[in-house]
Amino acid sequence: MKPGAGTYRVGGKLYASVLGLLSPRPPFLSVVPLSGRYIPKAGDTVIGTVTDCQTTFWLLDIGAPRWAPLHVTGTPWKVEVGETDHYLHVGDAVVVRVESLEATGRIGVTMLGEGLGKLEDGTIVIVSPARIPRVVGRNGSMIQTITSHTGAQMAVGQNGRIWIGGSPEAIQRAREALEMIEEHGQRAGLSDRVESYLVSTDRTGERGPERPPTETAHRDAVPHELPPEPAGDLEPDEPETNSDDY
Amino acid sequence: MGSVGAKDVPVLLSPEGLRIDGRRLDELRPIRIQAGPLHQADGSAFVEWGANKVMAAVYGPREVHPRHLQQNHKAVIQCKYNMAAFSVDERKRPGLDRRSQEISKVIAEAFESVVFAEEFPRTSIDVYIEVLQANAGTRCAGLVAASVALADAGIPMVDLLPAVAVGKVAGQIALDLKKEEDNFGEADLPMALVPQSGRLVLLQMEGHMTPEELSRSLDLGVQGCKAIYEKMKQALRDRYTTARLPAEGP
Amino acid sequence: MSGEVAAEIRTTHILDLAAAGKRLDGRGPDDYRPVSVEPGFVATADGSALVRIGETVVVSGVKLEPGKPFPDTPNAGVLTTNAELVPLSSPTFEPGPPQPGAIEVSRVVDRAIRAAESIDLTRLCVTPGEKTWVCYVDIHVLDHSGNLIDAAMLAGISALAHSTVPAKRFELGEADYPLEVQHFPVECTFVRLGDSIVVDPSFDEEQAAQGRLTVATDELGRVVAMQKGLVGAFSPDDVRETVQRALAHGDRLRKRAQGGSA
Repeated sequence: MKPGAGTYRVGGKLYASVLGLLSPRPPFLSVVPLSGRYIPKAGDTVIGTVTDCQTTFWLLDIGAPRWAPLHVTGTPWKVEVGETDHYLHVGDAVVVRVESLEATGRIGVTMLGEGLGKLEDGTIVIVSPARIPRVVGRNGSMIQTITSHTGAQMAVGQNGRIWIGGSPEAIQRAREALEMIEEHGQRAGLSDRVESYLVSTDRTGERGPERPPTETAHRDAVPHELPPEPAGDLEPDEPETNSDDY
Repeated sequence: MGSVGAKDVPVLLSPEGLRIDGRRLDELRPIRIQAGPLHQADGSAFVEWGANKVMAAVYGPREVHPRHLQQNHKAVIQCKYNMAAFSVDERKRPGLDRRSQEISKVIAEAFESVVFAEEFPRTSIDVYIEVLQANAGTRCAGLVAASVALADAGIPMVDLLPAVAVGKVAGQIALDLKKEEDNFGEADLPMALVPQSGRLVLLQMEGHMTPEELSRSLDLGVQGCKAIYEKMKQALRDRYTTARLPAEGP
Repeated sequence: MSGEVAAEIRTTHILDLAAAGKRLDGRGPDDYRPVSVEPGFVATADGSALVRIGETVVVSGVKLEPGKPFPDTPNAGVLTTNAELVPLSSPTFEPGPPQPGAIEVSRVVDRAIRAAESIDLTRLCVTPGEKTWVCYVDIHVLDHSGNLIDAAMLAGISALAHSTVPAKRFELGEADYPLEVQHFPVECTFVRLGDSIVVDPSFDEEQAAQGRLTVATDELGRVVAMQKGLVGAFSPDDVRETVQRALAHGDRLRKRAQGGSA
């Protein structure tokens, strides 16, 4: 097979270059990373924080190796030179799309497009970018489960930054669901687990501000005696696979 | 331990060929590696190796500070090896000394030899090694911890970097010296191996060895590195195949 | 990972929650995170402790060496506290000389140890004006997830409480003996989030905080040190109330630390 992402070839042998899961998709053999910073791909929707205002662009921290410049021409605003800070300040959160990747490592992003723009309320939760497929679920099923059970709104950045909006209560419950995914992300049956957790902690019947502490709720929903489940669609982990001949 | 110079040399090798702690000449001290114990870092590892305790953390690839160190075509790898004041018998003054700076440099260069740094131009990969308890072989323990931390941080590399020192005890070549052996030993040869290529990317030597002894030492070191390599891989498997439990050990 | 500039909206969310008496991690305003103290963590030290407060991890090691007393206190030993916020512990820490944050942690901990007279310095003196024990308390932060002052204090005083004076090793006595800790101060830190004052701030809460207040108390119920930090303000009534809360938490923290000793 041909070397895919996360691999390299020496003397006819293929080796893993990152810690990850083997993913054979003929003719390519790749290793999908289990950890690490966000590695941008053109077309990804990401959530970033403004770290600097320059005369014609802002710098965004999107959790990637480098800060990404957002040029004024990539926004819906008519920004005069030197007036970038009239529109976005350091600390503001934005949803942008990765537009271009250059050999220099420069990451070009734009705010022009549907669903892109400045985030005005809600909060941002950070998970490992490797967990994003789990957070989204098949055809967005996991996100749907979380939003429908909590009443929160969510926007998922491919970079592991997740925006949650709604009432503080809804936001907190969505956060807890995301924490579960962070903790149990490698296991199968995750979707059912999250759903049963959200159902069991649904307090719409109770009203009132009093809630049992999160810890207790966790214990109720995820008994420790649950048997370990098979890895499902994931290949067994083989970090730094070596000397396997392909 | 300079003050004990006047004392007698302890018996480092028994008539049965056993060392001060009962090990054979080709035996490693017990090693325990934990991947990912820290929450703030992009990757981390804690290594307990004999009586050494070493923590390593990796941040990056990220923007370079200070900026003038930035390289246009690849990531710079910056390493800081640091010993806690209480990690040795006689308190060490905090801060960088020449020994720490040299060790930081050779470790950074060892990693530069295996990390695919050209994938991240103009960034920095920062490797921090904190020695909390020292008992000979801290640069190797630090290198092993840092290597696992780099893998935990998702950094692409040729391979993990197991490392070990070989020395000479009572005239015999011995693997992985502990402090008493190191103090009275006749030679010290730390090395780090790239298992994939079979090459060494860190190699230092101090003491007296014949070319023949050196040759045997290299073989013994490579053999030790291979055993450590298995433990490093296992630590990473343990981290990523079990659900994360509340942290134990640091 | 909290390497990025904390997004303003995260701060706003933390403040919204605080207004409703809630916190990001589900705690109430007066809930301290789980605390653990592991004495004797570092065998090369004369005394040591590894302390966790939630995800914050701090290790402290004590070293005692013979040295010279200061000329103005010829009958007293020397006590030095030094905290290292090494860059390993946080994306926001840079390598280099100690930064103001590290110096503040060192000094606040040092003040509490001194003011509480935890160690009777005169008993560290060997020969007045000539020779005394110098006691170094070194504190190393390993994982910075908020509230370093409390963690550093707990690590420092726990390490002292488990220290041995190495008299034999330095030929200043027949045998090593335990260092006597007369009083056991602990720090308790609060931050203001809007109108709410919450105990034991997490890293995110410190970013959002509108003022920080640390109160050190000892087992006799004395207030022995205080420090207001970060941008923000507290009323005298805020301070009075915080002191009462610090006393209650102080008892629990001390039990945790001393229970860990067995």
